[in-house]
Amino acid sequence: MSVQHHILSVLVENKFGVLTRVAGLFARRGFNIYSLAVGPTEDERFSRMTIVVDAESAPIEQVTKQLNKLIPVIKIVELAPADAVERELMLVTVKATAEARSQITELASIFEAKIDDVGYDALTVVVAGPPEKLDAMTDLLQPFGILELQRTGRVALPKLARRPAKLRAVRTRTG
Amino acid sequence: MKITGAQALIKSLELEQVEVMFGLPGGAILPVYDPLIDSSIRHILVRHEQGAGHMAEGYAHATGRPGVAMVTSGPAATNVVTPLCDAYMDSIPLVMITGQVPYAVIGTDAFQECDTVGITMPVTKHNWLVTDAQDIPRIVREAFHVATTGRPGPVLVDVPKDVSNQLMDWEWPETVDLPGYRPTTKGHTKQVKDAARLMGEAQRPVLYVGGGILKARAAEALRELAELTGFPVVTTLMARGAFPDDHPQCLGMPGMHGNYTAITAMQKADLLIALGARFDDRVTGKLDAFAPDARIIHVDIDPAELGKVRRPDVPIVGDCRVVIEELVKAVRAEKGKRSWPVIDPWREQLREWQARYPLVYEQFEDGPLKPQYVIDTLRDNSPDDTIVASGVGQHQMWTSQRWKFNHPYTWVNSGGLGTMGFAVPAAIGAKVGKPERMVWAVDGDGCFQMTAQELVTASAERIPVKVAILNNAYLGMVRQWQEMFYEERYSEVYLSPDLPDYVKWAEAMGCVAFRVDTPEDVEPTIQKANEIDDRPVVIDFRTDYREKVYPMIAAGTSNDEVILDPAHDPHASGH
Repeated sequence: MSVQHHILSVLVENKFGVLTRVAGLFARRGFNIYSLAVGPTEDERFSRMTIVVDAESAPIEQVTKQLNKLIPVIKIVELAPADAVERELMLVTVKATAEARSQITELASIFEAKIDDVGYDALTVVVAGPPEKLDAMTDLLQPFGILELQRTGRVALPKLARRPAKLRAVRTRTG
Repeated sequence: MKITGAQALIKSLELEQVEVMFGLPGGAILPVYDPLIDSSIRHILVRHEQGAGHMAEGYAHATGRPGVAMVTSGPAATNVVTPLCDAYMDSIPLVMITGQVPYAVIGTDAFQECDTVGITMPVTKHNWLVTDAQDIPRIVREAFHVATTGRPGPVLVDVPKDVSNQLMDWEWPETVDLPGYRPTTKGHTKQVKDAARLMGEAQRPVLYVGGGILKARAAEALRELAELTGFPVVTTLMARGAFPDDHPQCLGMPGMHGNYTAITAMQKADLLIALGARFDDRVTGKLDAFAPDARIIHVDIDPAELGKVRRPDVPIVGDCRVVIEELVKAVRAEKGKRSWPVIDPWREQLREWQARYPLVYEQFEDGPLKPQYVIDTLRDNSPDDTIVASGVGQHQMWTSQRWKFNHPYTWVNSGGLGTMGFAVPAAIGAKVGKPERMVWAVDGDGCFQMTAQELVTASAERIPVKVAILNNAYLGMVRQWQEMFYEERYSEVYLSPDLPDYVKWAEAMGCVAFRVDTPEDVEPTIQKANEIDDRPVVIDFRTDYREKVYPMIAAGTSNDEVILDPAHDPHASGH
């Protein structure tokens, strides 16, 4: 995950077939979806999709313009990673011999992850957080032997302003 | 008042002022055909559902009103995919109603079931599956609104049989509420000013006019802008007639088979003002070599067209008519402030090219009949406002090149999708929309065989269209490419001039039919055809199969490399 990706937060009408319309548009225009998460919002008429797009396959301007042409798409916000709060959830099943188990649980506690399932020779860890944290956790679990891994794809919202709008305006003018 | 979904559908169509619809009934749409008997809407019964779609397109082309077609589920729905895609590519307002198996059995592979909404999603501007009869009036309103506003296009409403039979409380919505659909019509003021300023600096400007002018009813506004600036105008295949061919500033069609002057004017321009055009590959040729010195003003109602192919210096999102009217004001203001560059040298250059590189062909008295001669004679013997429809291929290019389109909405053709077989049904639809006008389809023999059965519809419904088949016994454009780019290895392109016998076939379909083999018969036969006004006429013109469409820009090459007819190329050796 890096600059080659764009995050789009897309507000859509909560009607059947909308996901197909969005996914179909990406497929037929040759745009690659890196991850897509969709769920309800504060308003039951709308859902929000968080789409991470592979920038190389798609000039982001064309992606948003084409998306905007879909009738059920209400609003699109492109989120720069620096201006967004991003979260993702990951489930990882790792090999865990008796001696490795304590090392994994220690690692999990550092990452504020939870052990959600324990088997004879494996553990399933659940971890949530910014995508980079999940990347780091994956790297550190790798040596133990990852058996299965599933990420949800990220959800994101814009970061909130820290000052009232008026003060910012004054600052821009003087500075 | 309780009525059925089917009654509500017909009533909604009446309230949308639908006068005519094209279609063919079947199982799942049966309930809707019943109230149609009592409706004021004229229904034209086609012989194949594809014909219904193209007729609705032809009607929309000629009238500017949305074309409406209605067919049943399954195979009928798949048969209208081609016209839907055609309308999508050429931005034609089209409302397609399809029957669907009862909602209760959707997903069970029921008889004549197909996922119509899924299949047509990529070829419609939007589509709806009706799940409750109560929604029908709202959906019909939304469908017409979406089809006709913004960048027009086809929409589809899929109605399950049980929904058609369901009782509902009739209520007509006063307004349309689509929060995700608000097309921008007015141009951004600053952008319009910037555009006027660029226009005031250009030495070699060209107005590059596309089909959007016709969709926006902007032909008059365009003329005002053109005459105010004195800038030359090229009209793309989709825009033929948007600016009169007999106007001294009109350069005609650019692109793969455009004329030398129109192509080269764009290529050498320092400013292209693209109005409702989309920089199609057939216009630009090899993209990175296209109009290298030109700055670009791009006006389109679809924001996605701006920067899709070529990045504009001044992008303007808006309705072409509204924006052009704003541009006219801005140009007047700009002209009042300072003097504009004199573009006389540019116009002189264009005149020189026009004189040096005209469109040429030669009809020998005793030689084979040339397709260009047929088109010229047809043009000169038909009224100025004749509507001309065409199929796709050589005959289409010759017609676009040689006809004088002096009025908007007189050229009906399949540009983006290139749908063979478009001409006959589209001509019928155009004639239904404009019954007082003469309508000619100029068709190829290959195209004609794809949809000719709709002439039965035309005869039965007394729609007196005329069809000129340029019968060269080949899939001519394919043959031309095989000759030029595949070392004359002709693979599967020969069709035969006599099989079918076009005269007998046309007569069997209730038409008057003629055959013309020689140049001297062309004019008298056309005159005879033009006097017939109570039934369709078909003329089988036996034309020279060796004739190729020139000029030509080979696919993937630069627009600097115009291939002229070798027999007439002033640069070719021996001339």
